Amino acid sequence: MSISAKTLDTNEYFYGHKACAGCGGSLAVRAALKVLGERTVAVLPAGCMSAVGFNFPQLCFANNAIISMFAGTASMLTGVEAGLRRRGITDFHAVGFAGDGGTADIGIQALSGAIDRGDDILYICYDNEAYMNTGIQKSGLTPYGARTTTTPAGEHIHGNLRPKKNMFEIVAAHGIPYAATATVGYLPDFLAKVEKASKIKGPKYIHVIAPCPTGWGIPVSDTVEAAKEIADCGLWYLAEYENGSFRLNRDPKEFTSAEDYLRRQSRFRHLTDEDIRVIIESRDKKWEYIRKNWKQ
Amino acid sequence: MTKKFLSGDEAFAEGVRLARPEVISAYPITPQTIVVERLSEMVEDTSLDAEFIHVESEHSALSCAIGASAAGVRTFTATSSQGLLYMAEGLVYASGGRFPIVMMNANRSTALPWNIYGDQRDSLALLDTGWIQAYAENAQEALDLALMSYYIAEHRDVSTPFMVNLDGFILTHTYEEVEVPEQAQADAFLPHYETDNCFDFDNPKNMAFSAGPDTNYLFKYKEHAAMLRAVPVIREAEEKFAAVFGRQYPGLIDTYRTEDAEIILITLGTIAGLAREVADSLRAQGTKAGVVRLRYLRPFPGKELAQAVKSASALAVLEKDISFGAAGTVYTNVTSALQANGVTAPVYNFIGGLGGRNISRADIEAVFAKTASGTQQVNFIGIEVENA
Repeated sequence: MSISAKTLDTNEYFYGHKACAGCGGSLAVRAALKVLGERTVAVLPAGCMSAVGFNFPQLCFANNAIISMFAGTASMLTGVEAGLRRRGITDFHAVGFAGDGGTADIGIQALSGAIDRGDDILYICYDNEAYMNTGIQKSGLTPYGARTTTTPAGEHIHGNLRPKKNMFEIVAAHGIPYAATATVGYLPDFLAKVEKASKIKGPKYIHVIAPCPTGWGIPVSDTVEAAKEIADCGLWYLAEYENGSFRLNRDPKEFTSAEDYLRRQSRFRHLTDEDIRVIIESRDKKWEYIRKNWKQ
Repeated sequence: MTKKFLSGDEAFAEGVRLARPEVISAYPITPQTIVVERLSEMVEDTSLDAEFIHVESEHSALSCAIGASAAGVRTFTATSSQGLLYMAEGLVYASGGRFPIVMMNANRSTALPWNIYGDQRDSLALLDTGWIQAYAENAQEALDLALMSYYIAEHRDVSTPFMVNLDGFILTHTYEEVEVPEQAQADAFLPHYETDNCFDFDNPKNMAFSAGPDTNYLFKYKEHAAMLRAVPVIREAEEKFAAVFGRQYPGLIDTYRTEDAEIILITLGTIAGLAREVADSLRAQGTKAGVVRLRYLRPFPGKELAQAVKSASALAVLEKDISFGAAGTVYTNVTSALQANGVTAPVYNFIGGLGGRNISRADIEAVFAKTASGTQQVNFIGIEVENA
């Protein structure tokens, strides 16, 4: 049965936490746990979701959950899965929720190791495009041009000079059984991918865009809108990697304005017309590659 | 029980096999490698029914072991030197979470300069991470500590991770005759691991959480109290071990001819054997010499040590470690405990064996001689310097 608003579990598994208003990350965690259900062990590294959800004695997960070391989301998942299996427990999901820094930077080694071992775990990267928990510092998934507190936008440097690290294809290059991209702006697509992943044996990876109003400089009411727009304007894409091949899930006939998407966020407000031209050129090049090489 | 000719690493692997861990996660590093190679072979030949997880680093080795311990099963890892330092974050994580993981550490020098040989700077630098620390002297004790470490770590009064240290090469790679117990004996000694410090699908738990200034100190106090409670549990484990296996261990410290000794050498690890031989020679020449081997550094045997050295007029601490700008870490611990327990005899520190440099019989004779005549506070064996 496919997941929809009608069939989605009405129980709450991530509740009573102190995430900021409009937090995209907490929406991703809350929604994914409704798909995975109560027999889930969630592993969350140091980062926003552990900082807002695990403050003794106010512990906010209704399912089993644990904070891992920052670099250790995937390696702890491996141990949790192996330990429970040794106890004869098999009907559970071991899921990790790590941010962009916890995944693409400090946690990439452990993630690569777990995928390489073929461990039966689901790893969800909620990507808000910077180290938001520590106050908006650049991560490996901060997009080109974004202003963060460690990539200030000034006269000499216009914010972050590097593009987002391509985690989806890095993960796919391991020959992982299942990987997907998603955004909390298209929640049914994300939920369907979580459900699909939950039924596949071995390592699974889902990379979900989860806007942070504080870090992006948007109103707290615009999280979902921004998360839709990033895919609509082509600066993100919805895709899957399965059985050794890539598939594009959604191919917009026409992109909405990337410039409008960027200009609405204070982290991009300093960008010049030339900066925006560079971003659009890079977007178009990526889509040309995707449309040529990936199934649709 | 069968007798086998085993290295320290191999003996430890036999002890781990008998302890029946469910999850083993480890990354290779010299001179630890043999223990994980043997355990891999035991898993392959089905003499050990465990998950052997080939992690991609020491950090992941301990992270994985913590995850498995949180799932409620007995775990094992092993490392050495740089690997131990690489997993240092996990050491405080495991102890803070009260996960009774057992780790074997092959004591090895730390870079720089690079050096694969044995000294004790790796584990002693991590004395404050909340792990029980024991130091084996020979392969038999290594095997026996593998079994006792689980008993002590997993005891409900303790629930604290346990690091068993073996001197790199000198113990890890030296072959000795070792009594390997039967599985039935090991099972009679070591119960199956039962804990409620783990996930529960009937009553879900949030583990490894944050605790602010209002409660954090309470958790830290409980860690300290649990470590102190390990003292009677170590005694209990040794009594039970003696009843099952017929080998009685002496507790936190191992004393040799200390009852009437005037000069006592305090040390740890394999060098204690040579120190005892030197003490015998000195006694034959009329000097009342004795030796204390510290078997445990955490919990620290302050009272036991003070009691053991009360007859001495001068004391030496010989260790393969230095805390630069201070003294050897063992010395600092010893002098602090002796002062707190009213021992006023002078105590001198002798630093030796760094980077695997041999400590000879003559070196130890010189340690006793300098201690008897009085010397500077911190002495490097093999380096003569003016009193600083």
